[in-house]
Amino acid sequence: MELLGYRRPDGKVGIRNHVLLLSVVVCANEVTDRIYRAVAGTVPVTHPHGCCQLGVDFEQSKRTLLGFAANPNVAGVLVVGLGCEKMEAPMLAKEIAQTGKPLQLLIIQDAGGTSKAVRQGIAMAEAMVAESQKLPRVPIKMSDLILGLECGGSDSTSGLAANPAVGVASDLLIQAGGAVVLSETTEIIGAEHLLAERCLNHRVSQDLLAIVKAAEGEAVKMGVDLRGTQPTPGNVAGGLTTIEEKSLGCLRKAGSGVVQAVLPYAAAVEGRGLFVMDTPGQDVESITGMVAGGCQMVLFTTGRGTPVGCPIAPVIKITGNDHTYNLMEENMDINAGTVVQGTETIASVGQRIYRLMQEVANGRLTKAEVLRHYEFAITRIGPSI
Amino acid sequence: MLKVVVIDPQDNVATALEDIRSGEQIKLDLAGKVTLLPVTQDIPIGHKVAVAFISCGDQVIKYGQPIGTATQSVQPGQHVHVHNLISNRGRGDV
Repeated sequence: MELLGYRRPDGKVGIRNHVLLLSVVVCANEVTDRIYRAVAGTVPVTHPHGCCQLGVDFEQSKRTLLGFAANPNVAGVLVVGLGCEKMEAPMLAKEIAQTGKPLQLLIIQDAGGTSKAVRQGIAMAEAMVAESQKLPRVPIKMSDLILGLECGGSDSTSGLAANPAVGVASDLLIQAGGAVVLSETTEIIGAEHLLAERCLNHRVSQDLLAIVKAAEGEAVKMGVDLRGTQPTPGNVAGGLTTIEEKSLGCLRKAGSGVVQAVLPYAAAVEGRGLFVMDTPGQDVESITGMVAGGCQMVLFTTGRGTPVGCPIAPVIKITGNDHTYNLMEENMDINAGTVVQGTETIASVGQRIYRLMQEVANGRLTKAEVLRHYEFAITRIGPSI
Repeated sequence: MLKVVVIDPQDNVATALEDIRSGEQIKLDLAGKVTLLPVTQDIPIGHKVAVAFISCGDQVIKYGQPIGTATQSVQPGQHVHVHNLISNRGRGDV
């Protein structure tokens, strides 16, 4: 299948051509949102952060916003700031300019308030979308892809059907020369010994064991049983009893690849093959971290059913639960419940997923895109000061 | 179609692929050897049923790996879930 995508000035390959409206601070969210509602071809990133943040917490939020701007699915960026925030919009714009992408800066305090900022922003966004539409689509390859792996609202079918099928698709992409990112450190607890055996070398194994130990330590520090939240009440209702059981099922998403490196949250993915990113079990924060790291596409397995997407990367939903597929078909792209029913093999579903990945890379919209699910959330390290 | 799946030959639990009523006999495929197991409690779809005797304090095995510790003895055919299985990990409470 011939695939067409977009080549960015820095040489990276995108499978979407969004104009990103990037709010740098909670105070700029409303203006950003009003511009988005007025101009087709734009996507909004809004969040409750960007001010009164310090040290590594500030750096992580900044890295996440810059990562979204740099993601090759983004054609150009309109940075929207208030004017007095810690996450200074001109500073971010200067760093984003290094990608060579079209860039505009809108400061609400300079524009003269909400209405004037919205009017200016609409004019800027309109011009950027018009410009982005002139970009030609060029041939791309599956090896250009960095794929994020996510699971959420898991039940027993996730480990039996959806996750192993995603594992087949992950292996196919790695064989084709692409990159795959496994995330959600909490959901490696109890399965880390198996993944540690599949690391490139001793140092990568040690890095993996260290992030799992740290994630478990955070839970233990709270003085309660992790089961208060992991598995979640929905996981438990779906038959999952312990975090170990959930993790052993989750790990199947990663197929059989060798872990090349363990990456911090929202760090850029460099190289090909399988990577692990240190993200929490919270789905939206985890997807946000991986897409900030450069993932152009996400495979998301769910047993109970979840609608969430991402502003700039297509998210493909796969459920191993036939009941959930029928109940929430408007949110589900692939039914892997056929594995549980014994009418299809895991390998066959994996190949179906891979074919859909090719179509989505070529422009086909996922259910989450059709419904404009643009969830975005940054993992915080420290409190607002 | 079998009503349960045993994922790994070492497992002492099976996962229900449909709702199973107490009193039903279910077929088990243990590494190619098919046996019959009488189920003595209702097992909702997706939940676990013991396929071997599990002593209090024993590890419950699924995917061929320990998934936690049994807090009471469990007879084959009984439901295994949060009432009789605790996690070994992330235990800030102990």
